[in-house]
Amino acid sequence: MSETKLQPLAVAQHETEYRPGRIFVATLKRELQLALRRRSDLVNPLIFFLMVATLFPLGVSPEPTILMTLAPGVVWVAALLSTLLAMDGLFRSDYEDGSLEQILLSPQPLFIVVLGKVIAHWMITGLPLTLMAPLIAVMLFLPAEGMSGLVLSLLIGTPTLSLVGAIGAALTVGLRKGGVLISLLVLPLYIPVLIFGTAAVDAAVTGLPLAGHLALLGALLALGVALAPIAIAAALRISVSG
Amino acid sequence: MADPLLQVVDLFCERDDRVLFEHLSFNVFPGEILQVEGQNGSGKTTLLRILSGLSRHYEGDILWRGTSVTDSADVFRRELLYFGHQAGVKAVLTPEENLAWYAALDSGIDLKQIPKALHAVGLTGFEDVPCHMLSAGQNRRVSLARLYISRAPLWILDEPFTAIDKKGVATKEALLLEHASRGGTVLLTTHHELDLSRHVRRINLDELSGT
Repeated sequence: MSETKLQPLAVAQHETEYRPGRIFVATLKRELQLALRRRSDLVNPLIFFLMVATLFPLGVSPEPTILMTLAPGVVWVAALLSTLLAMDGLFRSDYEDGSLEQILLSPQPLFIVVLGKVIAHWMITGLPLTLMAPLIAVMLFLPAEGMSGLVLSLLIGTPTLSLVGAIGAALTVGLRKGGVLISLLVLPLYIPVLIFGTAAVDAAVTGLPLAGHLALLGALLALGVALAPIAIAAALRISVSG
Repeated sequence: MADPLLQVVDLFCERDDRVLFEHLSFNVFPGEILQVEGQNGSGKTTLLRILSGLSRHYEGDILWRGTSVTDSADVFRRELLYFGHQAGVKAVLTPEENLAWYAALDSGIDLKQIPKALHAVGLTGFEDVPCHMLSAGQNRRVSLARLYISRAPLWILDEPFTAIDKKGVATKEALLLEHASRGGTVLLTTHHELDLSRHVRRINLDELSGT
């Protein structure tokens, strides 16, 4: 065993090739691989989503006319809460097994890794929720005209929820029980997304143009993609430093 | 003598109103192995976390090749390998996948070296076994395999020999010597009695602690 040769030392190089694409793809691949091996994380938010939506008709009223008016709000709130539920685990396992320290100490730009993690997280929570939403909307008697609005608004809105939620997750990752704190930190920031999201569905149901609401959701998403990774990266450094 | 790689100037750290160390100054030269000593709670891990840039709760200066590590964090991180209390091994991934992730994080690592590194730490035959099926020591070995593939000159190792068997420790000690002889630098804490003690310089934190 002792005859192994070490790699030659790196010479003091002050510019190495800057390839953010490669680390982004590697992060995405790793996160999806992890999610596929831990199926429960994948299924939990979906089951929660389904449960909330099924309990509503039982609790309120099975009357189609009442459910019809509630449907946009119920679907959106349920989607929002299931995203929030999944948020706490985003950095926790990396923090606990020390991978997060290694990510912070790597020469790779942290916000690219973070963006990769958040997008992967959206692909395993937000995207399935969006795909499942029409099914639940049918259960709640949402008119067929509203479907396009629902799917489009969730498609643009849920990535924003993941990005904003990740800031909260990064800030609370060093705490033993961060779950409640995340909700307090993040819910106020979720409100604009919720308002424009449900407004888009309502507009679609009543046959009004959707473009305005979707554009606002898109603007929120653009802002989130540009700024959230920087905030998340800074929050992670603070959390690990503590 | 060559210029010091790492210079620590007048470092001060306080934790919960307790001074862990103050006026701590030392230089680390290429080819040196430096062992940080002290009793439990004397601040060994804190010192290593500060030096690696994980913790910023300190006063004083840390210079890498003459420039402050906060100013040239990118350059410093490229030349650093940090091995912490938690091994940084994902339980659901296999050893090979874990190392492939490190290769993605550190572009200096050659993917082709991974099987050789796993062989060197005695994990041949376990390449495709998820790490949660491996023992604690084997998990540490997965992370220690990084030492074989990394090209970083500075190794900061916090208790690298925990849960490693005697033979493994001997191999790792030889590895540290080899790294030092090729001009690398090692900073480590350990409660093991090192056979290579005559090659090691020591810093004792107990003598530095205030009240």
